[in-house]
Amino acid sequence: MPMKTRQGAALERKKFFADPAMVTTIALLAVLLALFILYPLAMLLMDSVHVQETETILLETVLSGDADIKYETDESGRKSVRVLDSKNKENLIALDDLTGAYGSLFVKNGRAIRDGDTIDPAKTYIKFDKNYWTLDAFPRIFKDYTFNNAFFNTLKLGMITSFGAVIVGLLFAYVDCYVSVKSRIIKKMFDVVSTLPVVSPPFVLSLSMILLFGRGGLITRKLLGIYDSDVYGLSGIAIVQILTFFPVCYMMLKGLLKNIDPSMEEASRDMGASRWKVFTTVTLPLMLPGLGNAFLVTFIESVADFANPMMIGGSYDTLATTIYLRITGGSYDTTGAAAMAVVLLSITLVLFLIQKYYLEAKTAATLTGKASRARVAITDNSVRIPLTTICSVISAFVILMYIAIPFGALFKLWGRDYSLSLKWFEQLFRDDGFKAFKDSFILSIIAAPITALLSMIISYLVVKKKFHGRGAIEFISMLAMAVPGTVLGVGFIRGFARGVFRTGLLQGIYGSGLILVIVFVIRSLPVGTRSGISALRQIDKSIEESAYDLGAGSTKVFTSVTLPLIKDSFLSGLVTTFVRSITAISAIILLVTPRYLLITCRINEFAEKGAYGVACAYATILIAIVYAAILLMNLCIKYMGTSRRTKVKEID
Amino acid sequence: MISKQKKGVRLDQISKIYIDPKTNKKFYAVNNVSLTIEPGSFVTLLGPSGCGKTTTLRMIAGFESPDEGEIYLGDQPINALMPNKRDTAMVFQSYALFPHYNVYDNVAYGLKLRKVPKDEMNLRIKRILDLVELSGMESRMTNQLSGGQQQRVALARAMVVEPSVLLFDEPLSNLDAKLRVSMRTEIRRIQQTLGITAVYVTHDQAEAMAISDKIIVMNKGVIAQMGTPREIYHHPVSEFVADFIGEVNFLTGNIVKTDGSKCTLKIAEHEVIVDNPDSFPVGKECKVVLRPEAAILADAGALPCKVVLSCFMGAYQNYHVMVGNTLVKLADYCPVGRKTYEVGDTAFLSFREGCVHML
Repeated sequence: MPMKTRQGAALERKKFFADPAMVTTIALLAVLLALFILYPLAMLLMDSVHVQETETILLETVLSGDADIKYETDESGRKSVRVLDSKNKENLIALDDLTGAYGSLFVKNGRAIRDGDTIDPAKTYIKFDKNYWTLDAFPRIFKDYTFNNAFFNTLKLGMITSFGAVIVGLLFAYVDCYVSVKSRIIKKMFDVVSTLPVVSPPFVLSLSMILLFGRGGLITRKLLGIYDSDVYGLSGIAIVQILTFFPVCYMMLKGLLKNIDPSMEEASRDMGASRWKVFTTVTLPLMLPGLGNAFLVTFIESVADFANPMMIGGSYDTLATTIYLRITGGSYDTTGAAAMAVVLLSITLVLFLIQKYYLEAKTAATLTGKASRARVAITDNSVRIPLTTICSVISAFVILMYIAIPFGALFKLWGRDYSLSLKWFEQLFRDDGFKAFKDSFILSIIAAPITALLSMIISYLVVKKKFHGRGAIEFISMLAMAVPGTVLGVGFIRGFARGVFRTGLLQGIYGSGLILVIVFVIRSLPVGTRSGISALRQIDKSIEESAYDLGAGSTKVFTSVTLPLIKDSFLSGLVTTFVRSITAISAIILLVTPRYLLITCRINEFAEKGAYGVACAYATILIAIVYAAILLMNLCIKYMGTSRRTKVKEID
Repeated sequence: MISKQKKGVRLDQISKIYIDPKTNKKFYAVNNVSLTIEPGSFVTLLGPSGCGKTTTLRMIAGFESPDEGEIYLGDQPINALMPNKRDTAMVFQSYALFPHYNVYDNVAYGLKLRKVPKDEMNLRIKRILDLVELSGMESRMTNQLSGGQQQRVALARAMVVEPSVLLFDEPLSNLDAKLRVSMRTEIRRIQQTLGITAVYVTHDQAEAMAISDKIIVMNKGVIAQMGTPREIYHHPVSEFVADFIGEVNFLTGNIVKTDGSKCTLKIAEHEVIVDNPDSFPVGKECKVVLRPEAAILADAGALPCKVVLSCFMGAYQNYHVMVGNTLVKLADYCPVGRKTYEVGDTAFLSFREGCVHML
């Protein structure tokens, strides 16, 4: 007997559609994701392979039948062409009629011909709409020096940064998990350093790099007396990026190392291996997929980074900055810019796919077990002292860079006059600093709850519900992680500047605050969704089933059971979005209009102008806001959060 | 307390098809199952893991949709109803208590959804908590309760909404052995007090025997046997059922003579007379289903055997004996005053009157 699941599937469908709240939510979500993630990227892709322009062709050539246009036949069977009139409207006109008097149809020396003018086919041009698909833009941009240069610069930078970040991250993770660090100050320093760059505005390190090591740098000039120090360029960006991204590697690798069962390493030691041998033959091979994972994540971040190359790159252009300059520089090469964005997107997307579908699975496969017991920390001084020293030096360096920022704002004139004053802060507020803070703050605070709620809803649907397109929704919301901000920005410009599909629909959002909020939401959605999904996976599915069983509909289940259980994740989504939004720059800088002043854009402007004092003043206040938000979140989680204990041990 | 009319459950040729994630092949998790559960009765679905019992229960609750057949609650077909629209309440294996609510709010959850007035709600919660002996614990959080107490909260939460059918998905499997025994008595007592229809899933045959009006033994998605605990224990229809319920020995023999309701069976070259209710004909090869306590070991009897293991277990003397080439496990209850056989002794085995069954 053939096995048919049709009735079961039909019943599932029936039950599914009997739940209007969920159907509407899914439909809305699908529309949102399609419109604000897929559609802009699709437009970008289309722009890079599609040309739409008008062309004027000599009438003689058209009449000869050799012109590079489409010849058609009209209803009476005569050979005709589609010609644009002066209002750019298409008319189908037979070739025989073209020499006749058709007012305002032909172009002679750039103006439309009027009745009575004589038409000389050898001197008259007619206008055609050209609308074709081509891959020309790609060979063209690869021949373009600026692009080519930027392309290889980006890859080179990505390589250096990822290598550096993974090595530094591994060092920190190793010291944290394996080496006995007695000093509590050093331990505290590790904690601070590992969280600092993750939450700080993107260009803070660049800014302090310039302040400390630049031409007028405190360390280079004042302390070392070097007058021609050049931090602008590859080395500068690489150092700043390594310092910005290594904490992420550190956290990822620390998680891995914690999962390695120490007895494996003890077995190796027991059989006579030295510590170094244990590391190279046991620990390292086990971590290899994880290291690859960390490498790719950093690579994506580095390639997508806009703020640091912009600020400290000097003439070292990367793809992200080149695209930005193409768009804002007035060269008006939209197809070219779109093609560049597509190239950048392809790089990050391929890496993202490898990372997500290959390495993540592999990492999980090699390290399945939990450590059976605690690891005996290395107390051997020949290992301990050098490793701890290196880590401490790096930590001290990072902390120093952060301290430089408020001082940059407090010193009268960096490089010349190191007396304290509040003049930069005064200038900031005398300017439109207050408006910048207000705008940034308001837009971010609007984006935060929307993102947090949306990502919880997506996680709920993805983890707990069965429906077609569930995988697609998860994939698309995660996709935004692989889309560089600059690419998203260009996509939004191409997609919404003239409305959806250039029809004028939703054109109103372009240039408004709404589009900025949407970008904030899209940019933070993957982070929130990921944390929501992992939180929900820990919750026994029968808890929600029992709520259904007792008569709750899916909305009620979500609000009364699911959401309270993942409150921590929701709260952290709220704050993460706020922090990410208020410190965002890459996509935003392309979309912001003079109606809104954003802190990050202001910092960028002032730093470009060399007004580091004001830039530092902005950055100082921004850092304060961000830390206040994080502090608030931790307090909230401490006092209001759930303990997330769903499985409970027996007491008696 | 249950004022509304009791409802039964009827499954009409229900099948559920799953896809094996490893081989990607379809298979029947539940295959053409038809059964009727009388209103107010306590029915247990019993079987090894993967036999389809939980899937059947989840189809009744509405979490899974049957690929064939129709499920009725009373007279109403409920195939297309969502779980929250079905008048069933389930007690989960993991209890599935809401960890962010206290005991009172957990129990009140279903009542609030049904918009029960405040006064009535308090009354009903008080009564149900009295019944499960949790009065005074209303404001405890669920993680401050022991496993048995959590179990009772889950039970109270399901029962307080007065469902037509209570569903239990292996509710005792997370408890320790002693608590399991006392809780099953408790569940049976409460079910009888309320007279509610109950469907109970377990893989523990002792639990099934202790608690049920009717047991449905399932194997590989089909019903192997349905009946009262007594019927299933004494008259299993297949080796699988006999083996699954309690300890059992199988002795193979041939019928050499029939005589009314009895017949003579030749086992390992020796003849024994046994009941023949199914009137098996002469020449048929039969399996005797012999429970350990249904045989007597003595110095004289029908089947000679050799003792290979003899072990004092307190309540009984445990013997393993060889009858021909077959190992038979026996339990001699209250052995005090009777002869104890030692390893190597030769003895005779005879069946207790009316206690054996032939397949």
